Amino acid sequence: MAGVTLDTVRKIYAGNVEAVKGVSLGIEDGSFCVLVGPSGCGKSTLLRMIAGLETISGGEVKIGDRVVNQVEPADRDIAMVFQNYALYPHMSVYDNMAYGLRNRGTPKDEIEKRVKEAARILAIESFLGRKPRQLSGGQRQRVAMGRAIVRKPQVFLFDEPLSNLDAKLRVQMRVEIKRLQRALGVTSIYVTHDQVEAMTLSDKLVVMSGGQIEQVGTPAEVYRRPETRFVATFIGSPPMNILPGTVEGPGRVSVGGQSIAVTDMRDGLTPGSAIEVGLRPEDVQAGGTGTSSLSMDVDFVEELGATQLFHGKVAGAEFIVQASTGQLPADTRKLTLAVDPGNVHLFDPQTTKRLGRV
Amino acid sequence: MVENRPFAQFMAYLTLALGILVVAFPVYLAVMASTFDTATIINGNMPLVPGDQAAENYNRTLLYGGMHARQPVGGMMFNSMIMALGIAIGKILISILSAYAVVYFKFPFRKTAFWIIFITLMLPVEVRIYPTYKIVADLGLLDTYTGLIMPLIASATGTLLFRQFFMTIPDELLEASKIDGAGAFRFFKDTLLPLSMTTIAALFVIQFIYGWNQYLWPLLITTKSSMQTIVIGIKMMITTTDALTEWNVAMTTAVLAMLPPVLVVILMQRLFVKGLVETEK
Repeated sequence: MAGVTLDTVRKIYAGNVEAVKGVSLGIEDGSFCVLVGPSGCGKSTLLRMIAGLETISGGEVKIGDRVVNQVEPADRDIAMVFQNYALYPHMSVYDNMAYGLRNRGTPKDEIEKRVKEAARILAIESFLGRKPRQLSGGQRQRVAMGRAIVRKPQVFLFDEPLSNLDAKLRVQMRVEIKRLQRALGVTSIYVTHDQVEAMTLSDKLVVMSGGQIEQVGTPAEVYRRPETRFVATFIGSPPMNILPGTVEGPGRVSVGGQSIAVTDMRDGLTPGSAIEVGLRPEDVQAGGTGTSSLSMDVDFVEELGATQLFHGKVAGAEFIVQASTGQLPADTRKLTLAVDPGNVHLFDPQTTKRLGRV
Repeated sequence: MVENRPFAQFMAYLTLALGILVVAFPVYLAVMASTFDTATIINGNMPLVPGDQAAENYNRTLLYGGMHARQPVGGMMFNSMIMALGIAIGKILISILSAYAVVYFKFPFRKTAFWIIFITLMLPVEVRIYPTYKIVADLGLLDTYTGLIMPLIASATGTLLFRQFFMTIPDELLEASKIDGAGAFRFFKDTLLPLSMTTIAALFVIQFIYGWNQYLWPLLITTKSSMQTIVIGIKMMITTTDALTEWNVAMTTAVLAMLPPVLVVILMQRLFVKGLVETEK
């Protein structure tokens, strides 16, 4: 086993397009690290550089203590699971899993032992003789993971492995990947654009945007204390509401003339200066009262079963509130929202950075 | 389309039947003609039912040839077979390798190399016949199988076909191979070649028939009668002088010339269909 260390890694494509702009990141041995971000944020490029499928334009990639910048993918001791599985269509499931070992000259009985073992773990023993096209999406996904497992690599790399599955299977495979990674204890790097996958799988969550890291932390840290407005609106569903406001004084801001208290607020902000106020839809109490509250005009309601989403406007800005079903009548037109001072996030309108306590 | 208009359907079938008749009738005549003796046909009555000379005609044609061109057609078929197989296999080998290079390797002037290959589409044998003949003659390859085969091997069609096919293979397959420790040759042998099987079969059929039907090139570079191909053989059976044309022998030769391409198509058709059914969604 080994950790992975990135030191100001850059990727510059022909035509001077900088896809990855100097990323530094340490991934501890045995941990599950998820890179998440919108399409084109450089997360896949970064993963492919770790795999050796893209050349590294600058910086250093280390697997364990070894700098692998110039090492061939096959010699990096990694295994990768691709989005479209990339199974060899003309080979049986068994051969798909055994191919990499054969190329390395692993003894036949050892190959058989490892393939059987991986098949048992993944419950694909009965498919070993089949061709990939005879398998369902979920089964193919398992074979792709089996191909990675038999190699016993230092690092697993996952490139959006679940995005080709239907919603139900995705949830199921997500749990399985997590369980498998726990059981094997292999350092894993997982790329996804799905923030739910990112939250549920990761020990270490890396949010990327525009070729740079926006924030690194545990899922709870990233969710509770987003460092930038981008992270705040990207992680969490429905996304965090951002309202324009002004600083009133220490621990108080005003939104559309309504004053609310804030716990996590930087000292020394000039009263009257503009500020962005972030509130998660699930963090405001609809219909509640308290010292700090906001009034909302409701436009329409979305039913999600257990919860309802009230869409409307607060101080002229779009706002969504999540409430338990039945808590409020569906024809509610005006809402008073109680705001817990501990749940208010403040951002600088210019730099979009968090204006919390230092 | 679900339609139930009996008259329209009848017309459609009638048209098809007429079409088949027009195409198949001459072939049928040739087969019939190969079962009579010379005298019957020369008389001018072309019989439409099989005669009793089939065994005699085929035996004589294969082993001895006609009265004027005393060259056994069996030998000609052998020559044609060597040439057609050589051209088909050679073309496949060369074009799959050049397509592999053009698609998967980055080298200077890669695009240029592809376009040069592409442009040769405009230069079939007939156009470059004089220089090609000169080179083959200077190399002393007249009247050899090498001389028959080599100039016809370079194939832009094949390269193009394989290139298009290779471009549909997802890059991830190459990347997975790389991670699995397969180098350029292993990827070609273990992944690309097995996946190309149906394309290879398609190309083989087309190129085998192309090679088998060559007329002008073998006519030019073969002088010995022992090197003649069957397509030239048919022509030689039909005398233009006042000598009697043995139509039965000529027709027998024609039928024999038809057989290998027909067999190749029939045998390879199964691979075609399999390939069509098996394509990944």
